[in-house]
Amino acid sequence: MTLSFYIHIPYCIKRCGYCDFNTYTPAELGQGEVGRSEISSRYMSSVQREILRAAKELQTKQLPQITTIFFGGGTPSLMDPLDIARTIAKIDEIFSLTKDCEITLEANPDTLNEMNVAGFAEAGVNRISLGVQSANQKVLATLDRTHKNSNVQRALELAVQNGIKGRSIDLIYGTPGESVAALEESLDFALSLPIDHVSAYALIVELGTRLARQVASGEIATPDDDEMADKYRIIDERFNQAGFHWYELSNWANSLDARSRHNQVYWNGGDWWGVGPGAHSHLDGKRWWNIKNPISYMNALDNDLTIIAGEETLSESAKSDERIMLGIRLREGIARDELKKIQEEVVARYIASEAVDQSAWDMGRLTLTLKGRLIADRIVRDLVL
Amino acid sequence: MPALSSKKAPQPAATNPAAIRNFCIIAHIDHGKSTLADRMLQITEVVDARNMRDQYLDRMDIERERGITIKSQAVRLPWRSGIDGQEYILNMIDTPGHVDFTYEVSRSLAACEGALLLVDAAQGIEAQTLANLYLAMENNLTIIPVLNKIDLPAAQPDKFAAELAKLIGCEPSDCLRVSGKTGEGVRELLDQIVRDIPPPLGDANKPARALIFDSVYDTYRGVVTYVRVVDGKLSPRDTIQMLSTGVKHEMLEVGVISPEPMASNGLGVGEVGYLITGVKDVRQSRVGDTVTTFNKPAKEPLAGYKDPKPMVFSGLYPIDGDEYPVLRDALEKLQLNDAALVYEPETSAALGFGFRCGFLGLLHMEIVRERLEREFNLSLISTAPNVVYRVTTDDGKELIVTNPSEYPAGKIANVFEPVVRATVLSPSEFIGTIMELCQQRRGVLLGMDYLSEDRVEIRYKLPLAEIVFDFFDQLKSRTRGYASLDYEPTGEEEGDLVKVDILLQGDTVDAFSAIVHREKAYPYGVSMTQKLRELIPRQQFEVPIQAAIGAKIIARENIRAIRKDVLAKCYGGDITRKRKLLEKQKEGKKRMKMVGRVEVPQEAFIAALSTNSEGEKAKAKR
Repeated sequence: MTLSFYIHIPYCIKRCGYCDFNTYTPAELGQGEVGRSEISSRYMSSVQREILRAAKELQTKQLPQITTIFFGGGTPSLMDPLDIARTIAKIDEIFSLTKDCEITLEANPDTLNEMNVAGFAEAGVNRISLGVQSANQKVLATLDRTHKNSNVQRALELAVQNGIKGRSIDLIYGTPGESVAALEESLDFALSLPIDHVSAYALIVELGTRLARQVASGEIATPDDDEMADKYRIIDERFNQAGFHWYELSNWANSLDARSRHNQVYWNGGDWWGVGPGAHSHLDGKRWWNIKNPISYMNALDNDLTIIAGEETLSESAKSDERIMLGIRLREGIARDELKKIQEEVVARYIASEAVDQSAWDMGRLTLTLKGRLIADRIVRDLVL
Repeated sequence: MPALSSKKAPQPAATNPAAIRNFCIIAHIDHGKSTLADRMLQITEVVDARNMRDQYLDRMDIERERGITIKSQAVRLPWRSGIDGQEYILNMIDTPGHVDFTYEVSRSLAACEGALLLVDAAQGIEAQTLANLYLAMENNLTIIPVLNKIDLPAAQPDKFAAELAKLIGCEPSDCLRVSGKTGEGVRELLDQIVRDIPPPLGDANKPARALIFDSVYDTYRGVVTYVRVVDGKLSPRDTIQMLSTGVKHEMLEVGVISPEPMASNGLGVGEVGYLITGVKDVRQSRVGDTVTTFNKPAKEPLAGYKDPKPMVFSGLYPIDGDEYPVLRDALEKLQLNDAALVYEPETSAALGFGFRCGFLGLLHMEIVRERLEREFNLSLISTAPNVVYRVTTDDGKELIVTNPSEYPAGKIANVFEPVVRATVLSPSEFIGTIMELCQQRRGVLLGMDYLSEDRVEIRYKLPLAEIVFDFFDQLKSRTRGYASLDYEPTGEEEGDLVKVDILLQGDTVDAFSAIVHREKAYPYGVSMTQKLRELIPRQQFEVPIQAAIGAKIIARENIRAIRKDVLAKCYGGDITRKRKLLEKQKEGKKRMKMVGRVEVPQEAFIAALSTNSEGEKAKAKR
């Protein structure tokens, strides 16, 4: 048995207008006067406490080996590398890491420097994921992002210098006001970087964000779905030309090794323990999630109280829905023999409209064509009914 | 005290016709008929204060809530006249207040010798009241004009007394002024009924003849038939016979309502009461029919019997297809109490299994639908209402079309549509806008008269189809609710009519087909295709929406194929949220109907079938 850890870092220096993640500025948490290193050590010690709880919980069985760790956020690169190092060491001490354990850290380009990149590498981080979003200054401004492109280049060079092998960037496309030329500018820039992986996400206007309010008031135009579709096609084509191939709807890698193993755990229905406020976990058909507020989370751990906000045990039909919902997003798709007769009829319709790949289907897999990837949610709806 | 205790009062089957007064109240909805009736029940002491409740006589919840009286009733009120001190029996026969029920009104009137013309002293007479007044005058009823609600600050009794006086040819001072709310003037009114309305005339020795003026289904007793005896006598042990059909029934009970049912020894000349025979279906006891006795039957029926004829048709479909049997049973049950309701099964490619139902008019349709939804807990879609067309084809055939989808495709020689004579009463400032509306609806002006300085009666000939299509809502919104409408069918006329079909991806959506005037075909096609383009979500493929007359396309819209339907992110925390959304969407999918390969949400059908957004708003205001 193997397990992955997701470790949530719920801090940002400022909140971006489009973001609905569970993240806070220190001021929002009443920690405005507290120094960064103090926040880091206080928070990361809570994380270690939860890891101990996980070990206790799992102790009835033999403790699994850890295949991947993912520090996500928020902005994990705000944490002190020593705290990250202690956390990784703790996991290794209690659970033991596999030899090739993938350890990813999400980073904001502005927060990286020679010192901390070296520290993270020293701690064991072997994959870095940079939030770039765009290379166009106007788009970055709409997204509330502050970094300069030169920072991105420098951060990745530092990663190279420090032997961090996996290097990925995130892009956002379809931001209101983003021209096709601006998208091309971002793609040119991305492909000039020393990376082996890229994630590209269509902008989602999430309820409750500042962006949603700006769209509702008409200050910012609603992102247009047809335009999104056009841009996805451009992105896929440019990446293909550069040797990056999709392995999940929004993820491209230039080799099999470069694929994010951690994220594949999610998509393949694997087990992971999500550590930190608001983090979700999945073990053996059971899902649960932690309380969202970081202060309440830390206090609960200090006082030996529960940190779980909700949980569900998946029914067989929920499991099968999830397999379809997640599997269809993957290049490998879903095994044909997992589908029922009635679902095969749905597939036949989508083969006719060229959304499902005929030759793969003939060889026993349901996989989506480019056209199909763009309407994956609709296909899932038709399949699960 | 002029009131009589019921024990001393003349008893049923033993009341001298000379002491009987039969009257009804003609009034518009909201003009206070039920409240006045409540006061009469109290003043004549047939209901004591302890048992009194508002709108005592209105039986069905639906009536009480909407302020409409759908079914009439008859109440026997004993009264000692304040003028001559003699004992009298007043039979108050309630009348339906709406244009859809004109025939029932006419039978109620036929059971009376007099009518109270009850008008709100703050509003003046309304079109339907006027129509019923004319009906009463045609029946030679004695009319007593009464202004109600004189307690209201906004009452203008002098103005409306003049209006009434002009209408019925009396002096303004002849109009009684009462308040149903405070009871002011009600005793005087009862005395005036005794003085002015003639007693019933009839021959007690002739074979029995009684007019059925109402017939109501009761869950426990079966059909309760309300009658007015004209000649002879009906007794508890009689076998009775319906003259129109010859069908016999054993009498189980005969009695009067005062105001609760009371069995009696029978009903004599001029008396009003009820019969129970154990019949389970009101269609066996039809309004307007004549009841006689089997042993000594009358030969001649009373004049004026008509079969109720449905004027407006609409398809009713359960939103949940599984509820079809519930709808079928519900219609069966409603029909027990509604001889005018007709229905037959119908299948729509778009809406599934349902029924094509025929109604007396729009209100009747609304009431039936509301009762189905409320009493049987059904959720329904109804197709746009249409009228009955008579179509002749080139090869000499003739057919009656009650559903646009039955409209013949071949060579049509002539199409005939029902026309009505419509009367609109309105403040004169709205004449322009009313005439404009009527012209748009193919109306022909028949005449116009001023009722008073600032109130006008406008008469138009209009195709019924135009009235059925949101005319009333338009009239109300154009006149800020002041205009009132009445209409009566006057036959049929040839019309330049065509059927417009709506096609989704080449498939006709039967629920949206409509028979319209040729000049309206294009606007109908354009508005319908545009509406559907807005309402139907984008599909995997492009969906053309077309409006067509036969093979000729007159309007076209396109729903572009959906190109993106996917959320970019799906990581650890998204999975539960996304699956739950999926479960919700599964539910939503059950409400999708397939038209060919096109998925159409139920809501799109409902929205597209509602007449228009303005009409909806007007309805919401009412």
